[in-house]
Amino acid sequence: MIEIANLNPGLVLILGALAVPLLPQAIRRLYVLALPVAGFALVHQLAPGTLIAVEVFGVTLEPLAVDRLSLVWGYIFNIAAFLALLFAWHERDTMQQFSALIYAGAAISAVFAGDLITLFVFWELTAISSVFLIWAARNEAAFRCGMRYLIIQVLSGVILLAGTLVWYADTGSIDFTHIGIDSFAGQLIFIAFGIKCAFPLLHNWLQDAYPQATVTGTVVLSAFTTKLAVYALARGFAGTEILIYIGATMTAFPIFYAVIENDLRRVLAYSLNNQLGFMVVGIGIGTELALNGTAAHAFSHILYKALLFMSMGAVLFRTGTCKGSDLGGLYKSMPWTTGFCIIGAASISAFPLFSGFVSKSMILTAVAEEHRWFVWGTLLFASAGVFHHSGIKIPYFAFFAHDSGYRVKEAPWNMLLAMALTAFLCVFIGVYPTALYDILPYAVDYKPYTSYHVIQQLQLLMFSALAFTVLMLSKIYPPELKSTNLDTDWFYRVAGPAVIGRLMQAISVTGTSVEKFAARRVEQLIATIHHYHGPEGYLAKTLHLSSMVFWVVAALAFVLALEFFGR
Amino acid sequence: MSEHQGQTSGTRKYWLDDPENVKKIVRALIAICVLLFIADGFYEKHSHFGIENLFGFYAFYGFIMCVGLVLAAKVMRVLLMRDEDYYDRDR
Repeated sequence: MIEIANLNPGLVLILGALAVPLLPQAIRRLYVLALPVAGFALVHQLAPGTLIAVEVFGVTLEPLAVDRLSLVWGYIFNIAAFLALLFAWHERDTMQQFSALIYAGAAISAVFAGDLITLFVFWELTAISSVFLIWAARNEAAFRCGMRYLIIQVLSGVILLAGTLVWYADTGSIDFTHIGIDSFAGQLIFIAFGIKCAFPLLHNWLQDAYPQATVTGTVVLSAFTTKLAVYALARGFAGTEILIYIGATMTAFPIFYAVIENDLRRVLAYSLNNQLGFMVVGIGIGTELALNGTAAHAFSHILYKALLFMSMGAVLFRTGTCKGSDLGGLYKSMPWTTGFCIIGAASISAFPLFSGFVSKSMILTAVAEEHRWFVWGTLLFASAGVFHHSGIKIPYFAFFAHDSGYRVKEAPWNMLLAMALTAFLCVFIGVYPTALYDILPYAVDYKPYTSYHVIQQLQLLMFSALAFTVLMLSKIYPPELKSTNLDTDWFYRVAGPAVIGRLMQAISVTGTSVEKFAARRVEQLIATIHHYHGPEGYLAKTLHLSSMVFWVVAALAFVLALEFFGR
Repeated sequence: MSEHQGQTSGTRKYWLDDPENVKKIVRALIAICVLLFIADGFYEKHSHFGIENLFGFYAFYGFIMCVGLVLAAKVMRVLLMRDEDYYDRDR
């Protein structure tokens, strides 16, 4: 029998969530926080190598498979769930607490899935549960956006299932181990993971959906879906060359959008995409250092990204807007939020003593060790760029810049506490990286704090800051404008419907003319028949008796003539 | 923490409200950059690529790439920017 200690830790959150709607508000708040704590404890006692296998219809399912890779994600997903739920303590919307728990639980369960079918089940559950965090905004735009999000997420699951079935037919196994892109099945699974990982051109669901979710929903969303995909790629496709180029592209192109985007939560969504790129590059490199870097970066990324989304969420909660063009000067009324946002900004920018520094540098070093100068140059550019838009732009336009005149309350205590804890973890990892390095998949032989690394990183960042300052003072920097920037979603939101609309119109025009033509023909036919057989028609005429007799006699005479001459 | 609530404009003068202090920050940033640039001569480099040995490579790279990023993004605006309600019009 399966003991509680051998339960997939994600099930604690999923099953626990079922009781949420039944509990009174006061108890529910504590209860939802207790669940990820229990989940964390359960992850903590799991030993690498633990495997639970169940035979179902002749196929071996592995609902629990533990190794050092999955444990990293098991830890951080529970931490992220706890922090996000604490941030949402004030939230009275039971639906959000319920779906957040199911969503987090599904992501954790997927991480510990030992086979592709179990993975698929929880993969789809993350899609279905998370869409409610978007719909919970309860407006028309969020509803439509949620539908787009759901279609794309479910599509990823369907492709994963198709890939799994082909994989099973080819290999006779559904074990979730290294897959590779050599087979058709592998390519299908790769695309399924790629959609959730927001690969270039498959990415736009992320920037579309995350800024539409609720204040607290975005914090939850930012942690799980994409990092689950990173985990799945690391397990199935480590060392796949093409991932290096996909990842490098991901680090670079979203930062251009981030510079001109006005909605600050969307800026963060673009920079989330950019950070995923670093992890994807690490997976593509596939060395122990690179995979350690990916795991470490996923861990610290979840924290600082949540922190940044929390600070923007607090701003949205108090002011009702998250647009750079409307904000500014908020440090006066929200000093604590400002401080926490700056810590998140420093972490994502990889300042020494902050979490991003000790994790991202592993990936960059792994790339440099492979002597891939172009990829390395791209990542370095993206590192400078991320400081530019997430490190400076976000805090600057929200809290400083021109005073927008907002005089609001500081964020509620629960938001501040959640931000404080997250900020503490960001700094703790930066100051004491051993704590993170100890849980990584492979033994770590890497020292982030060397004089050359610290100085070079500071040079890169401070001169990026200088560039920002120069551009700002010379008024070259593009101002925050109320605007929409076209991205790939244009193809399915405008071009696709337009093409289909035109097509439908063409079909209907053609159909109408075909119908008209046929109708005219039928009318003509009826007219012809009417002409000959109608009341006035020649063939319908009644003939005179004498002419009848004449014709009968004529016919008889004809027959007689034939008889006579025929002999 | 919420002493300004309800006021339309803060009567309290903040340190950053004074343009002189903003200038001080800019000067401090320039000073830090100069120091970091000079520091390039005083540590042992562990480079993987030849270009890293260029004096102040990381400083130049950070500055030039960021300026390039912003200029490129400005060009992108010309092509990609639409009204805020672009997607909401034909509901």
